[in-house]
Amino acid sequence: MPETLDNPEVPVPEELKGQVKITTLDRIYNWGRRSSVWPMMFGLACCGIEMIAAAASRYDLARFGMEIMRPSPRQTDLIIVSGTVTKKMLPQIIRLYNQMPEPKYVVAMGACACGGGPFKEGYSVVSGIDKFLPVDVYIPGCPPTPQALLHGLITLQKKIDKQSIRKVKWYQKHESREVPVPLLGPDLIDPRDFPELEECEPSES
Amino acid sequence: MQSGAEGACVIQGTGHGMSEPSKQIIHDAVETLTSRFTDSVKPDERQGYSGLLVDPQKLVEFATVLRDELGYDYLSSVTGVDYLPDGMMEVVYHAYRTAGGAALVFKAQTPREDAVVPSLVPIYPGADLQEREAWDLFGIHFAEHPDLRRILTWEGFHGHPLRKDWKEAYFEEDAKPFDIRWPDGKAIRVEDSTQYRKNVSYPSEFTLDGWVPEGDTLLYAGMGDVQASDGNGDDIATDTIIVNLGPQHPSTHGVFRMVAELDGETIVDLKPVMGYLHRNHEKIGERNTFLMNMPFTDRLDYICSMGNNFGYALAVEQLMGIRPPERAEYIRVMMAELTRILNHIWAIGFLLNDLGAYFTPALYVIKERELILDIFEAVSGSRMMCNYFRFGGVARDLPEGVIEKVHDLVYERLPRHLDELDAYLVQNEIVRARLIDVGVLPAEQAIAYSAAGPVLRASGVPYDVRRADPYSIYDRFDFDVAMRPNGDSYDRFLIRLDEAHQSLRILRQVLRDIPEGEIQTGKPRHQVRVPAGESYGRVENPKGELGYYVVSNGTPNPWRYHVRATSFINLSALGEMCKGHKVADVVAILGSLDIVLGEVDR
Repeated sequence: MPETLDNPEVPVPEELKGQVKITTLDRIYNWGRRSSVWPMMFGLACCGIEMIAAAASRYDLARFGMEIMRPSPRQTDLIIVSGTVTKKMLPQIIRLYNQMPEPKYVVAMGACACGGGPFKEGYSVVSGIDKFLPVDVYIPGCPPTPQALLHGLITLQKKIDKQSIRKVKWYQKHESREVPVPLLGPDLIDPRDFPELEECEPSES
Repeated sequence: MQSGAEGACVIQGTGHGMSEPSKQIIHDAVETLTSRFTDSVKPDERQGYSGLLVDPQKLVEFATVLRDELGYDYLSSVTGVDYLPDGMMEVVYHAYRTAGGAALVFKAQTPREDAVVPSLVPIYPGADLQEREAWDLFGIHFAEHPDLRRILTWEGFHGHPLRKDWKEAYFEEDAKPFDIRWPDGKAIRVEDSTQYRKNVSYPSEFTLDGWVPEGDTLLYAGMGDVQASDGNGDDIATDTIIVNLGPQHPSTHGVFRMVAELDGETIVDLKPVMGYLHRNHEKIGERNTFLMNMPFTDRLDYICSMGNNFGYALAVEQLMGIRPPERAEYIRVMMAELTRILNHIWAIGFLLNDLGAYFTPALYVIKERELILDIFEAVSGSRMMCNYFRFGGVARDLPEGVIEKVHDLVYERLPRHLDELDAYLVQNEIVRARLIDVGVLPAEQAIAYSAAGPVLRASGVPYDVRRADPYSIYDRFDFDVAMRPNGDSYDRFLIRLDEAHQSLRILRQVLRDIPEGEIQTGKPRHQVRVPAGESYGRVENPKGELGYYVVSNGTPNPWRYHVRATSFINLSALGEMCKGHKVADVVAILGSLDIVLGEVDR
């Protein structure tokens, strides 16, 4: 266990120092979670390749407890949106996110996932996954180097460290709401826009 | 830089110069065709254009003669061009002989409104996906096409986006920089200027009332309603079922989807579904200036950015009529061959991954790949998206120490690594059991389906653009065109090792011969003048023939910018290859094809 886990204000008898640690519930809880963040094996585009490179021997994500990439959303804590989010793919991404169990985190990796990137002007590109999912960490770059990805993930760990078991949303009484899955019509249709869409006089672009 | 009206040669070769026999063959073919079809075929005489204009009525007949009598058995590229000012659509075909030689280009013109051209799928099955793409993006209807559905966008999408009068939501202008973003030199966010602020456009007549998403009805049509066994005799009556693999699936190497119709574990039918990474490369490319497209080419086949740069640089240099200096040529070849090795070891590693050797072989190859990426980073500043080639040269000279590093890789490290892969994998019992006789693609089929690169050569067709129609300085190097006879997944795996060895051979010659000198013809410029005309630059990329069809009308932007994407076209044969195999084999077959979704969907 890292030293930071100890709460130095609580004295531990000398003879028990090897066996006993005293800490807060939040710290031990967060320490467990931040040290085993399992990302989804989910590569969208170019950034996915750098994500693989980050998982490989030179950059070695395993040092952070993140080497277990699961293709099934049911077994993951983190979705790294690694690449361009297209309108055709978006419903699938939202479904994947909805299927992940809490606690779950979203990392937007690369310029495209952060804001559309070089392909932002595209008729088929969503300019940023944050239009639909709550992003925890943005990693700029096209693609971000593995070092940048590691930095982003360390940032995520820091964020996890700051969470408190009393306040986190997945222990709150109200049920967590799913993100509504967009529809593919003449263009992308966001169900959250329905009232607005019904009201507006539709016009070309 | 020279302004190159002379760059537009009458008959198109993809290399910078065409050999005499090659010229003669094309000349004879053109003679035969024009005399056979006196009224319906004529040479394309527009300034800077080449090839033949064929009357759509006669297109099928023309293509049959071309394939059966003249030996142009390989239809490489099919694409559309929207000539809005002339009110017509043009479908451009590039056909080759697998015996080698330059392209025979032919075109069919049809009015923009109600654009119809007969489908060439019965003659060249490889046109299947490409015609669907032209239908999807241009709205050109291919009569008699067996399965004309949208391919890159989705069913129900509004309009055909590559038509010149189809304006992109919020980015309506024809060229960059977009005024909308810089009124009076002050940046505004386009999202704030629009109704829904989400980069979408709905047609004027669209309302939510009574609207039903089209979904996958058309895709599933004709699948899954087959009774596999009627229960007579000893069998139990069974139906086939439809199973979707992807778009989120670890074996698809990205966001690719396959719809398989299964009888038990056996594949009855399989349809590839793509477009999940379609990011309208071409529409953006037509609004970019010529040089602005260079970094976009990196993001096509994002494993092999250097190779992508190469093809695009060749296409534009052909139009401009310039050639890079000697040293730049050698640097280009060096980078292209390093890319090839990188891609092939990566492909092998991930093929093994697909076979269930979870990540171990991949870790070994990624280790070596990193060393090659170090070289790319040293020369271009970026590991993956190199953006290194320029028209008439390369962006910068090799920094100090790179040659020594490449030397060390080529003579020491990489041969050892290839031998290691050889020793551990080639005779491995599981690899052999999973790959031999799986996904066999016979030579005739490989040609008919326009398969390219290692896929074609593993089927016993020794066709390599570097040899068949040499570009750059590939005619100087001594190397063998790798070829394997069986066309199964095992051969497609072995041929990648063979080719990596040949690349090492080329690299040794490059290291021996690379001269000192300039790396750029003329002054490097951001804005190049490209004379009007068309060109097709093709290179043997690691995954196969990568072609760029560029039409310029003399403005700073290309009028048409099309990528002949190997990964995309290699998928034409996937359904055929998978039929009769088990579900687990599909993964192996797809892995042995080695696709990259950035290139499939563009």
